[in-house]
Amino acid sequence: MSIIEQVHQRFRGGLALPKHKELTRGKPILEAPIPPELIIPLRQHVGESAAVTVHVGQYVRRGEQIGRATDFLSAAVHASSSGRIIAIEDRVTPHPSGRKEPCVVIATDGEDASQGLPPWPNFHSLEHSTLRNRLRQCGVVGLGGAAFPTAAKLTYSPRRSIHTLILNAVECEPYLTCDESLLLERPQEILNGLEIMRHILQVPTAVIAIGENMSASLASLKEAIDAFSSQHVRIVVVPSLYPAGSEHQLVQMITGQEVPSGGLPSDLGVVTQNVATAAAVYRAVILGEPLTSRVVTITGQGITQPHNLRVRIGTPIQYLLDFCGGAVGSNHLVIMGGPMMGFALPNVASPVVKATNCLLMPGADELPGRGAAQPCIRCGFCVDACPVGLLPQQLYWHARANDLEAVQEHHLFDCIECGCCATVCPSQIPLVQYYRQAKREVAVHEQRREQATLARERYEHRLTRLGQQADTNLSQLTRLAASALDSPGDDFDFSADELQTAEITVKQAAIQAALDRVQAKKQATLSSPANDGNDGESS
Amino acid sequence: MSILIAILLLALLAAAAAGGLAMATSSQSRDKAILTQQVDAVLPQTQCTRCGFSGCLPYAKAIVEGLADINRCPPGGEATIAELALLLGKPVKPLALDCLPMAPGVAGIIEELCIGCARCIKVCPVDAIIGAPRQMHTVIKSACTGCELCLPVCPTDCIVMYTAPLLTTLQPGQSASTISAGLSP
Amino acid sequence: MKLSIASAPFIRPTMQVSWVMRQVLLALVPAILINTLFFGPGVILNILLACLVAVSCEAIALKLRDRPIVATLNDSSALLAGVLLGLAMPPLSPWWLTALGAAFALIVAKHLYGGLGYNPFNPAMAGYAALLTSFPSLMKQWPTPGAELPGVGDTLHHFIFGRLMDNRLIDLISSATVLDHTKSQLALHYTWSELSGETLYGMLGGAGWQWVALAYLAGGLYLLAVRIIDWRIPTTVLAALATLALFFHLVDSDHYPGPIFHLFSGAAMIGAFFIATDPVSAATTPKGRLIYGASIGILIYLIRTFGGYPDGVAFAVLILNAAVPVIDRHTQPRVYGHDRN
Repeated sequence: MSIIEQVHQRFRGGLALPKHKELTRGKPILEAPIPPELIIPLRQHVGESAAVTVHVGQYVRRGEQIGRATDFLSAAVHASSSGRIIAIEDRVTPHPSGRKEPCVVIATDGEDASQGLPPWPNFHSLEHSTLRNRLRQCGVVGLGGAAFPTAAKLTYSPRRSIHTLILNAVECEPYLTCDESLLLERPQEILNGLEIMRHILQVPTAVIAIGENMSASLASLKEAIDAFSSQHVRIVVVPSLYPAGSEHQLVQMITGQEVPSGGLPSDLGVVTQNVATAAAVYRAVILGEPLTSRVVTITGQGITQPHNLRVRIGTPIQYLLDFCGGAVGSNHLVIMGGPMMGFALPNVASPVVKATNCLLMPGADELPGRGAAQPCIRCGFCVDACPVGLLPQQLYWHARANDLEAVQEHHLFDCIECGCCATVCPSQIPLVQYYRQAKREVAVHEQRREQATLARERYEHRLTRLGQQADTNLSQLTRLAASALDSPGDDFDFSADELQTAEITVKQAAIQAALDRVQAKKQATLSSPANDGNDGESS
Repeated sequence: MSILIAILLLALLAAAAAGGLAMATSSQSRDKAILTQQVDAVLPQTQCTRCGFSGCLPYAKAIVEGLADINRCPPGGEATIAELALLLGKPVKPLALDCLPMAPGVAGIIEELCIGCARCIKVCPVDAIIGAPRQMHTVIKSACTGCELCLPVCPTDCIVMYTAPLLTTLQPGQSASTISAGLSP
Repeated sequence: MKLSIASAPFIRPTMQVSWVMRQVLLALVPAILINTLFFGPGVILNILLACLVAVSCEAIALKLRDRPIVATLNDSSALLAGVLLGLAMPPLSPWWLTALGAAFALIVAKHLYGGLGYNPFNPAMAGYAALLTSFPSLMKQWPTPGAELPGVGDTLHHFIFGRLMDNRLIDLISSATVLDHTKSQLALHYTWSELSGETLYGMLGGAGWQWVALAYLAGGLYLLAVRIIDWRIPTTVLAALATLALFFHLVDSDHYPGPIFHLFSGAAMIGAFFIATDPVSAATTPKGRLIYGASIGILIYLIRTFGGYPDGVAFAVLILNAAVPVIDRHTQPRVYGHDRN
């Protein structure tokens, strides 16, 4: 019986992109050396930040917990090598804004002493909740780039039981080969992790989805499955169309069903995980090793020696780039992630985090920048390319017009921000940026609405409590209007002199109010030196 | 001669059409109660009284009755004026000069200075301050609208305004409705 | 290390607007040549003048609107509008007629609406329709294709002065187009079988006209191969036109010409591949484009057969341009993860 299948159906749209994987394909995964300083952010995952459990000056070993999971949707954080904690402070983290977040900084001692949790080779006899807790404790998160806490994802959904587990090894983004190389070198780890996940979810069948351009990895995987003699796993080869590796599109191709909008694959009885996550699950459960390293693809013609590296979490990116021979030429773009959905790093002092799957440094002419955006010519190439079936053109027009209602009518929040539309646009319009901005505007607007509703309710409740009614009586309103404008009439036209006087009065009042506030603050700081007064909170 | 008649007839026709359109789009014909609700829905509900009315609902009613112009809401700012202009078919204007501009923020009590007089509790239009006489007062940050009505009544000037970040970091796939209205922790 | 900031996706689009426009211009070259062959050097004169006026008007409009002139002109859209209008004009029209049409197309139909990407109506067709309704007799003067074309001297003279050399009037060498002739003769109760024997008619369409149509077809197929135009529009335009023509022809073959005639006469081919496919004014959704194209095809036939003009391509396209927002609104594709309602 053949365990290798071709996929049943394709998804709409998508793009055939040049792959550029030969830069790092076929090279063995190298161990990146341990840097002198490790900067480990306390929040590297979706959900609540880990709460720090160590203090400055403490000696830690590799695998020792430095931050514990705080919420259901949270994950622990561990030291990636042994050394002394020299600081717990805000440091630059990999984010397009270059913002700083709380990090634990370790000066490594080079010994790389480690500690772990008890290994559990016979996990079959363990409870699901025990195993999930182990994953939480070991800080295992999705290593495909989304960094979703795995323990939370592998929770049984009350709505439906899970019937298919899909391991995602499609890696449809150009340049990336970290998953591919892991499949080539350590397929047993992945298969072991798969078994653990199957056990946790009580899933009968598992599928490993692999890209059709990964022939060597496919052979390696098949060999490993045969050696494993696993009856429950089959391989599905997926066309190398971008974004075949996107969760929604993958689920559609393998099961033929679509994840409902606003829902999760578990609503269809499907759970997807990245193959690197599966390997991390194996290490956490069977070997008792918390997540302290990951494979990162360092590639592009702008780096001297592109490689796949096994990197300790917290390694400064600059250190890795230097290890790979440094940059070629002077002016640089360092992209974290792939060329379609990655972002340009503003600061290479930032560390590698659990979500860092690729560091792409394009050469001078490799990924030329986009020209100035021209008017949209309504050609419709974007509609043809969109894998979700949206109308990117309409979304663009409405996002530009700040028409929040229209933008939601066109299903803005179903956009997966894959970038297909912007890649085919002949007018070079940065479409994805418009959608991200529009999503933000809608979120802000929604929040303002909710706050206003709350305030209205509290206002009305207060009036009820006081036995009053909001003065909406016409005579009262007229009285108020007249007094507000300080003029007996009902017209709003002021003469130029009146306007000027009013303006001066207003400015003076504002200045006086400001002076009063400053006075008050001065009094406050004088009377209590411990009070910060500025950005603090009152209780 | 016939040209003159033609011009006259067309002019009359155009005038009739214009009059008909004007009548159709005027807000006089809309139910005032519904319109008041719609205007109130646009207002930010800060209840700051800077418009000259005792709350957002009275101001909304005054707008509908024609007693107040649409440009008197400082916390709503340009966005609110624009929305009201669209809703009522009125021209957009800058904020009225006698309405002091307002920055978004929330009030906070400097506890070292608070004497527990409860004057601020009485004036807060949304009951966002909790406390009792001679007990420490505190502002419920998520309920405070930033109206600043509590600042002048405090005898010890212990209330200050803090800037409020509007949105906490959205997680992928999270919608704003899952964030409780309020500030970052 | 000096770091640049850019935003995803970092892969640049391979197709650019100027490239798209230039491919369309390339696809029109065979048609320009065939047109000149059958209708004389007036075609070239018209095209050149229309392009000149179009580009100048666009430059003036951009200056008035404070936009970058050279960068915008580089996208070749004004040039394309000029070429299409030039091809649509009767080859012997005086210079001021072509200039007026081009000016109207660029200034009124394009820049008054906001320039490239904002015009709801196809500029070339808007210009052509304005001329057609304002100067109906001048727009009907087409030389008889193939036979006794006016020489370059005559053409130039008429172009500039409105008269042929030696003060002859153009009526001497112009005649009604095939569609015009067909329409008027059918109205006089001649039958189609009587008409189709005349020398005016070739095997497919009108004599000469059918070669022009084939040239447009060739250009159109090239554009389809390079994936610049959406196959949905030309296919549905031609299919709807042919279907309707076939239907009427089968019902009463004496009074209704057949589908092949309709497809290869007049502006059906240029309309299907070059006019209706103008991305800015066409429908945008896939289903919408099918409806758009089919409606154009139907309207072309109706105007040709029952309407007041011999050829209805310009008006059909303009009417459907006005309907595009409605079509788009009601043909939105189903989004992933949503039900069919």
